[in-house]
Amino acid sequence: MLRFIVRRLAQMVGVVFVLSLLLFLWLRLLPGGTVSAILGDRATPESRARLEKALGLDEPLWIQYWRYLKRALTGNFGASTGVLPGRDAFDIFLARFPATIELSIFAILIAVLLGIPMGYLAARRRASLFDNSSIIVSLIGVAVPVFFLAFLLQYIFAVKLGWLPVSGRQGNINATRVTGFFVLDGLLTREWDAAWDALKHLILPALTLSTIPFAVIFRITRASVLEVLDEDFVRTAESKGLTNRVIRGRHVLRNALLPVVTTIGLQVGGLLAGAILTESVFSFGGIGEALALAFEHRDYSVLQVLIMASAATFVLVNLIVDILYAVIDPRVRTR
Amino acid sequence: MTTRAYAANTRAGEPLLTVRDLSVTFLRQGEKPFTAVDGVSFDVRPGQTVGLVGESGSGKSVTSLAIMGLLPARGNQVTGTAKFDGTDLLALDNNAMRDRRGRDLGMIFQDPLSSLNPVVPIGIQVTEVLERHKGMSRKAAMPKAREMLDKVGIPDPDRRLKDYPQQLSGGMRQRALIAMALACEPRLLIADEPTTALDVTIQAQILQLLKDLVRDSGTALIMITHDLGVVAGLCDEVNVMYGGRIVERGLRHDLFAAPRHPYTHGLLGSIPRLDGARGEPLHPIPGSVADNLPWAHACAFAPRCSQPLPVCREVTPDFVEDGPNALRCHNPVGQPLRDQEVSS
Repeated sequence: MLRFIVRRLAQMVGVVFVLSLLLFLWLRLLPGGTVSAILGDRATPESRARLEKALGLDEPLWIQYWRYLKRALTGNFGASTGVLPGRDAFDIFLARFPATIELSIFAILIAVLLGIPMGYLAARRRASLFDNSSIIVSLIGVAVPVFFLAFLLQYIFAVKLGWLPVSGRQGNINATRVTGFFVLDGLLTREWDAAWDALKHLILPALTLSTIPFAVIFRITRASVLEVLDEDFVRTAESKGLTNRVIRGRHVLRNALLPVVTTIGLQVGGLLAGAILTESVFSFGGIGEALALAFEHRDYSVLQVLIMASAATFVLVNLIVDILYAVIDPRVRTR
Repeated sequence: MTTRAYAANTRAGEPLLTVRDLSVTFLRQGEKPFTAVDGVSFDVRPGQTVGLVGESGSGKSVTSLAIMGLLPARGNQVTGTAKFDGTDLLALDNNAMRDRRGRDLGMIFQDPLSSLNPVVPIGIQVTEVLERHKGMSRKAAMPKAREMLDKVGIPDPDRRLKDYPQQLSGGMRQRALIAMALACEPRLLIADEPTTALDVTIQAQILQLLKDLVRDSGTALIMITHDLGVVAGLCDEVNVMYGGRIVERGLRHDLFAAPRHPYTHGLLGSIPRLDGARGEPLHPIPGSVADNLPWAHACAFAPRCSQPLPVCREVTPDFVEDGPNALRCHNPVGQPLRDQEVSS
């Protein structure tokens, strides 16, 4: 098990390294560029050349990459040129990462807490009204574009009904910061109003972000439960006269959830993509919103840090899922 | 033991299970209803081993699932009665049946690997029956589970309690299933082709184990099989099923010595013999279940029968009981032609 984890971590280093090279080249192949983004289209060639020299963009690409790599290994990822000019790119990442993590955790929680029970019920009552309508709901969840849903929810629940805040992470509350996770901060410092306020700010973005993972988790759970219900060992459990509770929990769900766990890991990747749109609409202040901003400004340093960090997070989450899989499926463990 | 003494021995006492006119019809939307079991009646006495023999599709498994109340909740219609110790199992509601399964009635299945939960240790799969029906805590049930594994001949039971099904061999898995089915000492055990998925040497061991266990505990056993070798070694009484009906019943010795239904005769004749001449062809029963006639106006077996009469395609043969034996045939084997007699 330990060897497996070490090997996967080594693979992760490889993935991050290759990605850093590809990302570096790809960003510089994009039309536009940092200089145009800062100076605009009407800048004189002289001022452009001066800025290029100041930012080190006049040197050959491979030298630029080498310099970037050397600095990155010492923890220096360069300064921002567009999002917050002059600020360290890694600081920007650190300041915004908790927001995205908090949002993602809530979104996944909503998706799991709704998707698994609904998938289970839909399978138990196959072809019922509940089954058919949940399938339609999940299809809509996948089909409706994230930004459209975001605007829709924002308009109905924040603007029209006024039940929830329109945007941001926290209202006009002077809250103490501990971890950067606002809800957790509120709980830790016993500032209940701050926690409640942060939670209210989370609901709409998290709901928006959860629709696609919810739909996928729902469908996989439903299909998986249907398959397990037909298994011989469920009939054996019935033949032993076990209670419904034991048959459902120990025999059906415990087996049916194995593929669902893998799916949840994969959905985390999609979540980061969804966060770009969701955070932008709700001005949530996470790395999704920062990515969109950095892209507009061709802020190479920030883009590099954010994308690399997202990739590393994705690989890490899937490593955790694989470990979890070995824990819950003895067939993986005892092979 | 003579056949007569044997008969007296095994048919003594009130039946534990009395199945009368059991029919199971599957109803599927847009399809014609299909009657898988059609008016089946038989008795099982305490301590007796009764065989249900027939090929795939003869209705033997559906019969046992109906008695256990394990047929799918929807899409089928079960009629008749199955009185177990005076209570009609078919009339019980779901919860009452749940209380009986595992406690009064145990069942073991064909494929031991797929019949065991792959993510739950063997020990828990045994103790959960004891927890459910004996009200034991898991802690109290563990020693009993260990004892059961030991009883069914699983070596090193302490280790096996913690093992998962895929860590056991095929024969060991079937032993574990038997341990689960017998944990609460049920009075009736139904074994649905328990040796089909095992290799031959293991088959013999499992059959011997079943034989010993039912003898020692006095458990009645319904043995469902297509393998007449299993029947010969185990059953006191045999019911041969064809097309959802019992076509012949007899004490084991009678049935093997003088099969009377052409189907039973064919089944026995189709077993290859090691002492036969080299190169002797096999003797299969021609055709398949797909050729069956409906029982309503004929004998379903007529198209495949070796000695059909015209009447076989016109009149449903009655089930004629004669002591422990019974037969559903117009023209039994080893009997002068009854053509005129039947048609007159």
